[in-house]
Amino acid sequence: MSNTETKEAAYKPTSPNSKLDFASVWEYAPAPQDSKFAEVKEQYDLFIGGKFVKPSKGRYFKSTNPATEEVITEFAEATQKDVDKAVKAARKAFEGEWSRISAKERGKYLYRIARMLQERAREFAVLESMDGGKPIRESRDVDIPLVAAYFFYYAGWADKLEYAFPGKKPEPYGVCGQIIPWNFPLLMLAWKIAPALATGNTVVLKPAETTSLTALKFAELVKDCGLPDGVINIVTGAGQTGSEIVNHKDVDKVAFTGSTNVGKIIQKSLAGTDKKYTLELGGKGAMLIFEDAPIDQAVEGIINAIYFNQGHVCCAGSRLLVQEGVADKVIQKLKDRLETLIVGDPLDKNTDIGAINSKEQFETVNKYLELGVEEGAEVYQSKCNIPDNGYFIRPTLFTNVSQSNRVVQEEIFGPVLTVQTFRTADEGIEKANNTPYGLANGVWTDKGSKIFKVGSKMRSGVIWANTYNKFDPTSPFGGYKESGVGREGGMHGLAAYIKN
Amino acid sequence: MAEERIDVKKTYKMYIGGDFPRSESGRTYKVFTSDDEFLANACQGSRKDFRDAVKIARGAFSGWSSRSAYNRGQILYRIAEMLEDRRDQFMRELGPIGFKTAEAEADINAAIDRCIYYAGWTDKYQQVFGSVNPVASSHFNFSMLEPTGVVAAFAPEKSPLLGLVSLIAPIIAGGNVCVILASEKYPLPAITFAEVLNDSDVPAGVVNILTGFREELAEHFSTHMDVNAMCYTDDLPKEMKKMIDENASLNVKRIVKRPVKDWYDEAVQSPYFVTDFQETKTTWHPVGF
Repeated sequence: MSNTETKEAAYKPTSPNSKLDFASVWEYAPAPQDSKFAEVKEQYDLFIGGKFVKPSKGRYFKSTNPATEEVITEFAEATQKDVDKAVKAARKAFEGEWSRISAKERGKYLYRIARMLQERAREFAVLESMDGGKPIRESRDVDIPLVAAYFFYYAGWADKLEYAFPGKKPEPYGVCGQIIPWNFPLLMLAWKIAPALATGNTVVLKPAETTSLTALKFAELVKDCGLPDGVINIVTGAGQTGSEIVNHKDVDKVAFTGSTNVGKIIQKSLAGTDKKYTLELGGKGAMLIFEDAPIDQAVEGIINAIYFNQGHVCCAGSRLLVQEGVADKVIQKLKDRLETLIVGDPLDKNTDIGAINSKEQFETVNKYLELGVEEGAEVYQSKCNIPDNGYFIRPTLFTNVSQSNRVVQEEIFGPVLTVQTFRTADEGIEKANNTPYGLANGVWTDKGSKIFKVGSKMRSGVIWANTYNKFDPTSPFGGYKESGVGREGGMHGLAAYIKN
Repeated sequence: MAEERIDVKKTYKMYIGGDFPRSESGRTYKVFTSDDEFLANACQGSRKDFRDAVKIARGAFSGWSSRSAYNRGQILYRIAEMLEDRRDQFMRELGPIGFKTAEAEADINAAIDRCIYYAGWTDKYQQVFGSVNPVASSHFNFSMLEPTGVVAAFAPEKSPLLGLVSLIAPIIAGGNVCVILASEKYPLPAITFAEVLNDSDVPAGVVNILTGFREELAEHFSTHMDVNAMCYTDDLPKEMKKMIDENASLNVKRIVKRPVKDWYDEAVQSPYFVTDFQETKTTWHPVGF
């Protein structure tokens, strides 16, 4: 297709005042992030007891770059025997060296990890984008800086725990089995490992099968830090490996982040045992935009709420609830803004939306796109170009949806926003709460008292008021209702790793 | 010769939504003294009774959870006042089921004091367990506790008054509403306690007390999709425990099991009993002109 044809086919903003049509004036030149310096081995083994070891059955599975569909490396498949080995190593460390060193020294190891991560931040960012498809701007500016910040924050807690639990003598559980998702691979690892270690536990962690690369790179870093053997063990594999961890007799505590469906399976399989668990599960976050909201900021907030990380965010603001008086305006501005989003190469610094994490998720999102249309929704997608290869989906809006539509009720985990309207605050709140989930919600208004009222009525663990999708190690995160049990982050996140 | 007076016996019913209904099933079971003498008929609550109670509790949640902490504290204190006032009634209730006079007195005293203990926590746990979080970005960020919602609970079997009060007080102190199954063998003090609640400005539906059989109701307590948390403090049979846990996963219910052997032990009164039924909510707002 010639350049002129592209321009003719390009979308023209319908808003007379729109100044968002950048692309038809000039094209962005590529701004690639160099990736050659980040070493990727052909094959990665399991990290158990401070050593890289071959999987007992000798099986490996391939990991692809979702932006190119090319295989980048392969990971070991941990079976029951390997998980057992990892748990034993963790137990040995817990009863041995790790419990003998003082809390102060324990903290210093975590500080060391944080600093080492900062030193190698760009390398981790590049690998995260290659393995998981997220834009380099995000992995560089959000994911990896936060990873270091979480370790740095929890490092300081190690010798101050008695101040976090008045009247209690804080004691670790022992061996923690941790299973993390593919949307923020290294960040979720930090959310799990940092508080567990700060409180004196040892861990066996399983990264998601599509995004294990940075976890194994992290294992190399752990070796460099001189952490005692067996304190951190990393086993790779799919659901079966996860289930071996959950069901292992010598695991004292299970921490899981992932879908609500799998969370329920884990909760069920722990039934009748004395194992503790925390679950950080799915969501269907609503954003209430009131008529008195600062509309332009709200539109930016919505873009960040649902298109950040391709919408692979458990707390994504995937339901827009806009007050009737400003609905047309908001939707128009949103469509205009959508047209400016650049979808493509995750390693290009201009990219706003990268690749959908895996083929499987690509198919899931596409299934929902079809379902939305079948349910009678009007679909709007930006007209941007997307690469021929790789798993890319244009940012999508569904209007004309109702509360009972599956696209409104179910977590899509992709760049898909549904738009509904409301008249009164009560109606908006009721719609926001009409979901089994309760992870995060947003509210946009210029009126302070309204923020507090609406915020207190919305049943979710996080309320973003006039902002969305912000994270910080000091800030507790976790869900109400079917979005999970327990909190991660902040002082409250320590409780997940302390005997009650 | 004067005729011997026939005393008027109380019909023990359940306590749902501020009313004292019989079981919709029309069933009762016999309750005996510790010497196996007939005491009364108690209602054998059914699945439908439980569902009715949950529906009513859910309806009461919004109002109760938005009462001020000060007001909830005063209401808990009022429960203590009413309990103090009805001392004799509880002495008569506890005597026949094996409490010696001194034991019954101690039980009632401890139950009254426990209400006062939690009355004092209502406007303090937020300050102790909430936080302002120093995020690195330009946002004001704070975490506060909010009640989990509807709590279903098995009252302790062997402590029909003190155990029951010790369980209800922290649940409602934190703004939750509850449906509680009374001690199966000795359910009568629970129903008399319901009369106390009914006299104490506790809004209808905040505490609902059923009588009946754990074996029959455990499944319904744990499967109900509008129950947010389930709590018990006794050592339940292994199979029942497992079933409750499994059913909890249907809607990710919080399971709160705090084994308590001795309800007189002051260690069992703790703000952590309040926070067991709380959710942490974190709010962000930008800071700027």
